[in-house]
Amino acid sequence: MRNAFADEITTLAERDSRIVLLSGDIGNRLFNDFKERYPSRFYNTGVAEADMIGIAAGLALGGLKPVVYTIASFAIYRAFEQIRVDLCYPNLPVVIVGVGAGLGYASNGPTHHSCEDVAVLRALPNMTVLAPADAWELRSLLEAALQLTGPSYLRIGKKGEPLVHETRPAIQIGQALEIRSGSDIAILCSGTLMPQTLKVASDLESTGIKTSVFSMHTIKPLDEKLLGRLFRDVKLVVTIEEHSRIGGLGGAVAEWKADHFQANARLLRLGTPDQILHHSGEQEHALEMCGLTVEKMTSAIRQASAG
Amino acid sequence: MTASVDELHLIARRIRKTVLELSHRAGTPHLGSSLSCVEMVVAAYWGGLKLDPAFAADLSQDRFILSKGHAATTLYAALAMKGIFPESWLEDYAKPGSPLGEHPSPGTPGIDVATGSLGHGLPVGIGLALASRIQGRDDRVCVLMSDGECNEGSVWEGALFAPAQQLNRLTVMIDYNKWQATGRSDEVTALAPLREKWSAFGWRAVEVDGHDVAKLVYWLNAPPDADGRPTVLVAHTVKGKGVSFMEDDNNWHYRIPSSSEVTRALAELQPL
Repeated sequence: MRNAFADEITTLAERDSRIVLLSGDIGNRLFNDFKERYPSRFYNTGVAEADMIGIAAGLALGGLKPVVYTIASFAIYRAFEQIRVDLCYPNLPVVIVGVGAGLGYASNGPTHHSCEDVAVLRALPNMTVLAPADAWELRSLLEAALQLTGPSYLRIGKKGEPLVHETRPAIQIGQALEIRSGSDIAILCSGTLMPQTLKVASDLESTGIKTSVFSMHTIKPLDEKLLGRLFRDVKLVVTIEEHSRIGGLGGAVAEWKADHFQANARLLRLGTPDQILHHSGEQEHALEMCGLTVEKMTSAIRQASAG
Repeated sequence: MTASVDELHLIARRIRKTVLELSHRAGTPHLGSSLSCVEMVVAAYWGGLKLDPAFAADLSQDRFILSKGHAATTLYAALAMKGIFPESWLEDYAKPGSPLGEHPSPGTPGIDVATGSLGHGLPVGIGLALASRIQGRDDRVCVLMSDGECNEGSVWEGALFAPAQQLNRLTVMIDYNKWQATGRSDEVTALAPLREKWSAFGWRAVEVDGHDVAKLVYWLNAPPDADGRPTVLVAHTVKGKGVSFMEDDNNWHYRIPSSSEVTRALAELQPL
């Protein structure tokens, strides 16, 4: 996904001379093309995430369109107060791109995990929270985020994620994309667990459970229209995300459901547990530990759907 | 310089009067901190920078950021005197619904940056200075910080970054009044030697008397450093400056003046 980001931002910067890219001392060689083409619009602001956000705020105030890129956990946790005060308070158009969000950096250990980033950013007024399912969605969402008048967070994977779409989808922020249809269960997935989610859906389908899948690429603002329809029409709504069950997409949908008494369907939230993942291991191992494999998710959904 | 030094001193006394009255009327603290930076605000608005209210939205204007947002009353008094918002707004300062709260809020005329939490002004100022350079403008950015604010890590992140980018149209003023909320700023952290610290970080670091308005104006108008260094004015000041019984008494970080104390203070500020 990071390659798609580098490629897309380079293309977009050609069309809009106001785009400025800030990197928190990561992306070695990733932005070589960008740097070569727009030397005055790329800055490595160093290992100083708090400052990077403040600088981005100043660039936006000065009439530019800054895009900030670093590892998700550093961008969000270290610089949270700057995001709140410098970006959300004055509502400035800055795009924060968090790479390796969720467990993309699993093997680097819990300092690099970001399974609470959506929870904290979703609570901030004026913030838009985006999580593309694949590189194509990332490209569309990045372009759309740059049109916003306020701050946004694009939580992306790292590298080598399989493509979900065959071409660049037409995307509107706040409107989920239907990836497959089905009338018994609806699965809402935000982010890079989409390939597994689609496998879960086809496994369920093979045993007669008709399952629809939506890419909830926008977690805030939530697609409430879709939720209203799904909670009326299906018996079970499932959320899947590489994020804590506290406060992420699942949390957002649970809040919505609590506010809508007429919502009939039951809700199952799948995500990471409320714990620090101490054990070392690659992303696949971490997802296994969290119960976010195709087998475990299928089994959990089957159980919930039978209950 | 458009105003004479005598005029600048008169403006400073009038700002102090407003600051005292606002604190008394609204019952808001930070009086000592607001009084120590008056000359720096006067130098910025009347002697140094292009901050014309008629062109507030024009990006070619200079920018002033009150990073020590707790001195909001000093800024409000200046903005009102400059006509950036009506003087009548001061009457409702800190009242429910007023745009003028205890700390500056972006969206208020003349205020771009949310300050009040310390350590925010410098990075935002760096971004503004960078934006100007990218777009080929030559406007200047001035950030006023407190000495206690230099406890914040983000200040030093910015102090490291700005010289690397040779942002020589950026000026930081540090209101070095030797106090922070609950102690001597040189004792709470090893702040001294402050000028040498900034100098070692690659800044054109100058020690000045922070109440010498002519000197402040001089430095705000000085040609940008030929070596590309940003400028920092380590401005020695007295907390509570201008009112004898408040000077260097840190009780006035939080204390609210009574009406008789305001009367005594105003008598010392004559002529107004």
